[in-house]
Amino acid sequence: MRVLHRFTVTAAIGFLALLSVGHRASAQIKIGAVLSVSGPASFLGDPEKKTLEIYVDEINAKGGVNGQKLQLVVYDDAGSADSARTFATRLVEEDKIVAMVGGSTTGATLAMIQVFEEAKIPFISLAGAIQIVEPVHKWIFKTPHTDKMACEKIFADLNSRNLTTIALISGTDAFGKSMHDQCVAVAPKAGINIALEENYGPRDSDMTPQLTNIRNKAGVQAVVNPGFGQGPAIVTRNYHQLGIALPLYQSHGVASKQFIELAGPAAEGVRLPAAALLIADKLPNNDPQKSVVVNYSRTYQTKTGQAVSTFGGHAYDGLMILVEAMQRAKSADTSKVRDEIERTKGYIGTGGIVNMSATDHMGLDLSAFHMLEIKSGDWMLVPGT
Amino acid sequence: MAELLQFISSGLTVGAIYALVALGFTLIYKSSDIINFAQGEFVMLGGMTTVFVALAGVPLPLAALIAIIVTTAIGFALHRLAIEPARGASPVALIMITIGASIFLRGVAQIVFDRRFHSLPPLFGADPIQFGGAAILPQSLVVLASATAIVTLLWLFIDRTLLGKAVLATAANRLAARLIGIDTRRIVDFSFAVSAAIGAIAGILITPIALTSYDVGTLLALKGFAAAMLGGIGSALGAVIGGLLIGMIEAFAAGYFSSNYKDAVAFLIILVVLVSIPQGLFGRAKVERV
Repeated sequence: MRVLHRFTVTAAIGFLALLSVGHRASAQIKIGAVLSVSGPASFLGDPEKKTLEIYVDEINAKGGVNGQKLQLVVYDDAGSADSARTFATRLVEEDKIVAMVGGSTTGATLAMIQVFEEAKIPFISLAGAIQIVEPVHKWIFKTPHTDKMACEKIFADLNSRNLTTIALISGTDAFGKSMHDQCVAVAPKAGINIALEENYGPRDSDMTPQLTNIRNKAGVQAVVNPGFGQGPAIVTRNYHQLGIALPLYQSHGVASKQFIELAGPAAEGVRLPAAALLIADKLPNNDPQKSVVVNYSRTYQTKTGQAVSTFGGHAYDGLMILVEAMQRAKSADTSKVRDEIERTKGYIGTGGIVNMSATDHMGLDLSAFHMLEIKSGDWMLVPGT
Repeated sequence: MAELLQFISSGLTVGAIYALVALGFTLIYKSSDIINFAQGEFVMLGGMTTVFVALAGVPLPLAALIAIIVTTAIGFALHRLAIEPARGASPVALIMITIGASIFLRGVAQIVFDRRFHSLPPLFGADPIQFGGAAILPQSLVVLASATAIVTLLWLFIDRTLLGKAVLATAANRLAARLIGIDTRRIVDFSFAVSAAIGAIAGILITPIALTSYDVGTLLALKGFAAAMLGGIGSALGAVIGGLLIGMIEAFAAGYFSSNYKDAVAFLIILVVLVSIPQGLFGRAKVERV
């Protein structure tokens, strides 16, 4: 009697266990995200995390992808490339994701590339530097405009204002360094002469010595600041403090209202290349991006109470490109999804119109960038750009 | 010449920040021989609490006062709950406890506040004051003035009041102080509380210049410690001079050399000081009678 009782209980438990295992295996597509939600890149990672969560919920509410629900696994690397790599390994080996949308910073992304190439899992990065997609890695894609494009857009604007001699003040973080190198490489072709190069650490609280050197350098007509996070905000404040009247250009690494809040009145007149998302309501009605960016802006603002930033927009684009690729592939198989991501054509996103190919894993061209100027604490489109 | 003036003014700005942090280290060390690595977190708590209480609608001066009171209470709690129960432990163990406390405070700050950067409006406006071709922010002068005021008050306190003498006595020989009737536990409570208050005031004053976020404490604590060592740990005047010196050396290194190695300056100084003049510039070498 006792043996039969024990056998029945064991069988019942085993049956229930089998049921639950079977249930979990078929219902969810696991997507991973390693983002810099805290730390010096928090104004990149925080909107990215919120965007992914909002839209995964929306997609699941509409029935998911190919009849399966999405499950998002987010880890916070706090701006550290080492942590990012550890989390990437955990996502691949323990969480067993089928795709990754993440890597808020260039440093974190570069550290994770090898993990995803080896695991053969598609990785859509949200970081800026051109090395992420040049040379092309089979499984690595990205949504933000590259630093090289930012340099080219800034130099084009300088040319239109007849300014030829500039000084660079760059952050020593991976993005700042990469964009600095790209600007140096592209400058001769654009007819720009770089008279002085200074740099600062990403956690420095005072850049007046470097800016004093720039102010005292003869012939400098404009200053460009490659970098992101708190550094450019402090550079801008110090710039104003020292009374430097020359035009200041930032990169798309500051494309968030938080930069304007932190830099305060010093941000007035600063120019930067950015995606149409920041001026969503001011776009002409026939602009192909208008409905996408206005929808995203409204959803993000209503659900989070915060102003929209291009970083959240890049996360939105990354998720949608992935989801559309899965729908075209009609499966979550990593190889098929990767092939479909590479075949993305005419995708209208917050960053621009994306046309990827085997040699171009980003898919944006210079028309995806607009030159913006900060006026009265808000973004304004510089006409004709 | 204008360039040199600007570097000096930048150096003094940053240096005043380090000086205030170093003062906190000095006071606790003076009364209990402990290096409190949670000092940086007191600075962070002062700034962040003010920002968040002000965001909740409280007028700024009241928010600052609340922040100082909260941070003082946390400093008191740190001593009573973490240091005092372990008072028989070796100095290294006590230092590790303070490092643990700093990590704990940092973690709690992330949850209670948030992970973004924040600023506060400066006391006297953001227009820089021009002199001789250089520009200094009025807020930097406020920080410098406060550092001077705090040092003076501390000196007056230690030298002219009975409680101040009791602090010195506790630092010199804890057992002897207890034997003559000094409540050493209250004395160390007091020094932790005052250190926390100094840290909080520093945090509130420097946020308009250097911004604040939940993790500014770490680097500030290390540089403040370097400043305290350079000036002579245990000497309040040394702490201020040490802070100003480190600030200026950093500014000169960034201006004349390369900004890449600016952060290394403070740590290089720690090494040099510990190797060649461990008592610092104003400290006295420890002499023991055998």
